[in-house]
Amino acid sequence: MPDSSLSATPNLLQRTYEAGFVTDVESDILPPGLNEQTIHWISQKKNEPKWLLEWRLDAYRHWLEMDEPQWATVTFDAIDYQDISYFSAPRGDKPKSLDDVDPEILQTYNKLGIPLHEQELLAGVERPEGRPPVAVDAVFDSVSIGTTFRESLAEEGVIFCSFSEAVHEYPELVQKYLGRVVPKSDNFYAALNSAVFSDGSFVYIPKGVRCPMELSTYFRINSQNTGQFERTLIIADEGAYVSYLEGCTAPMRDENQLHAAVVELVALDDAEIKYSTVQNWYPGDEEGKGGIYNFVTKRGSCMGKRSRISWTQVETGSAITWKYPSVILRGDDSVGEFYSVALTNNHQQADTGTKMTHIGKNTKSTIISKGISAGKSSNVYRGLVRMNPGAKESRNFTQCDSLLIGENCAAHTYPYIEARRRDAVVEHEASTSKVSEDQLFLCQQRGIDGEKAVAMIVNGFCKDVFRQLPMEFAVEAAKLLEVSLEGSVG
Amino acid sequence: MTFLRIKDLVVKVEGRPVLNGLNLEVGRGEVHAIMGPNGAGKSTLANIIGGKPGYETVTGSVSLNGVELLDLSPVERAYKGVFLGFQYPIEIPGVSNMEFLHAAVNSLRKEAGQDEISTIDFMKKVRSVANGLQLGSEFLKRGVNEGFSGGEKKRNEIVQMLMLEPKLAVLDETDSGLDVDALRVVAEGVNQFRSEERAIVLITHYKRLLEYVQPDYVHVITDGVIVRSGDDTLATEIEERGFNWLAEA
Repeated sequence: MPDSSLSATPNLLQRTYEAGFVTDVESDILPPGLNEQTIHWISQKKNEPKWLLEWRLDAYRHWLEMDEPQWATVTFDAIDYQDISYFSAPRGDKPKSLDDVDPEILQTYNKLGIPLHEQELLAGVERPEGRPPVAVDAVFDSVSIGTTFRESLAEEGVIFCSFSEAVHEYPELVQKYLGRVVPKSDNFYAALNSAVFSDGSFVYIPKGVRCPMELSTYFRINSQNTGQFERTLIIADEGAYVSYLEGCTAPMRDENQLHAAVVELVALDDAEIKYSTVQNWYPGDEEGKGGIYNFVTKRGSCMGKRSRISWTQVETGSAITWKYPSVILRGDDSVGEFYSVALTNNHQQADTGTKMTHIGKNTKSTIISKGISAGKSSNVYRGLVRMNPGAKESRNFTQCDSLLIGENCAAHTYPYIEARRRDAVVEHEASTSKVSEDQLFLCQQRGIDGEKAVAMIVNGFCKDVFRQLPMEFAVEAAKLLEVSLEGSVG
Repeated sequence: MTFLRIKDLVVKVEGRPVLNGLNLEVGRGEVHAIMGPNGAGKSTLANIIGGKPGYETVTGSVSLNGVELLDLSPVERAYKGVFLGFQYPIEIPGVSNMEFLHAAVNSLRKEAGQDEISTIDFMKKVRSVANGLQLGSEFLKRGVNEGFSGGEKKRNEIVQMLMLEPKLAVLDETDSGLDVDALRVVAEGVNQFRSEERAIVLITHYKRLLEYVQPDYVHVITDGVIVRSGDDTLATEIEERGFNWLAEA
């Protein structure tokens, strides 16, 4: 009898990484190496004001004194930071409009399902009538190559542009908030990013404005031996609302590539920011060769009263993920949320979670984390909930669920709780389950084949998180999980 | 004409013999009840027909309409029209009954070269089937067997059977753990399913279900073989005398 059991075929995990192609485009690449001159060069290339150069150099000097964090449950060979190129951009001046962008690059985004023409749809998903389109900032290696819908957003007072443009056009805003949430010496990777960041996205939503469409940034690494170090800064002024999406892919290569981004969110009184990520960096091959090191610092500050920040992430890519999107709940009555699906397969390693720091009175946070491990992968949830002495009557609810597929993977949960008040309410629920052979057999007996069945079971497991995603992303995320699990049963 | 033919079936579980040369023939349009004490091999028989992993077939054959089922994977058997009603239906959290049934119905249709069922037709059918089993419309949104009572899980098996319209249904103790009202609802579902085209194998401990679903044949299994076959008077006899007299005979 043909054996259709999971345990009989634990190593048939293969994935088709559709985004793994290389775009043939001439690029200006800085030779590998990092010193103060590298930073001078980047800053000069971007024609930056002196304060920003000084800021970068200060970050660099801090970085020299710092060590890579050792506490995460991940293992990899030491990174040679002198072996990385810190800047790569398609040759020529920055295109004045999307019409001037190299067709090869436009084609790249088309292939990835990211339309850079304003009449097209994101990921080819049909939107219900009346639903506004999605504005995109496209970052290719070290630079933003274009931002769609800028004009129509400007009519509402919404600023959405590349970070480099913001430095020139809105210097007061950038200077006021840059490094305010993630200080330049926050951690090793954040300090490195602060020294060498090349571009990224900038968003400002003025007082009382509800951003009329979803904003998104799509990150693409193309060049070899380069690192991508981008920065995103989103400011929601009093009473403003924005939903922001982030996607990312890279070519398949045998070498590991470093992606060390920083994202800072600022929510003033009564403002709300929803930040969603579908992370699909190249995960490496079945043997664990190649793939992106995704070492990212993401933090939001609920500075204002009654403000709200939600992080939703679907992490399926990267060889190693080191990422803890966090919220500082400073304003009274503010709310922080973290919804996460992290899927690891083959030799992938993920150490991800969140930090909720309760400072203001009556602040609330919710953490829902779903970890799925398959193949020989390792999947860690690491979270910290901290109730400061001033966080009167604050509460947190945490739920961490792990799902194992096969016999050779691992899942760990490290929830840290620091409560400095007696009235703090901190709840934690955790579970670990397996995709059981009985569940699989039930599906197969009803005519649903093994791969579809596993995808369906995993999607069901993730439902609480997918519900938080904007529709386009929810569809994409479900598809991505299915692709990532391809070949997981015989 | 014989539809399901089981011949000289010897099966081991973890090296221990469970079926010891079992023979059974079931024709289209027939309902066969299989009774027997605990550990006699009833559930093993059901699982072997469905293709559940973990059983070692030593010798013998299980064929449906001339096709050897033992050579097919579970999903291929489902394509051939085999349905197994589980004794202990399992939960699939977060996957709604609607989603699950829709995927299963379309998968079977695709295999049969038919178009996908329209959403309207699917909803009509599933609502009417669920109503018939006295499962409200909320049932469709809930996860597969998630938080279901024992009785609801068993009724859900019948919903799946009526939606998928198999040619052979093997129901493994679908009556156990049901109160009288639920038993009647389940029995009505089975009777509704019963037709000249279909064969049904009911595995049961008790005669209770057979009062509502009248079998054409009753078989008794002990120690992995059929020791007695008859009509439904055999069930009455077992209810009165137990199984032991058969084993000794």
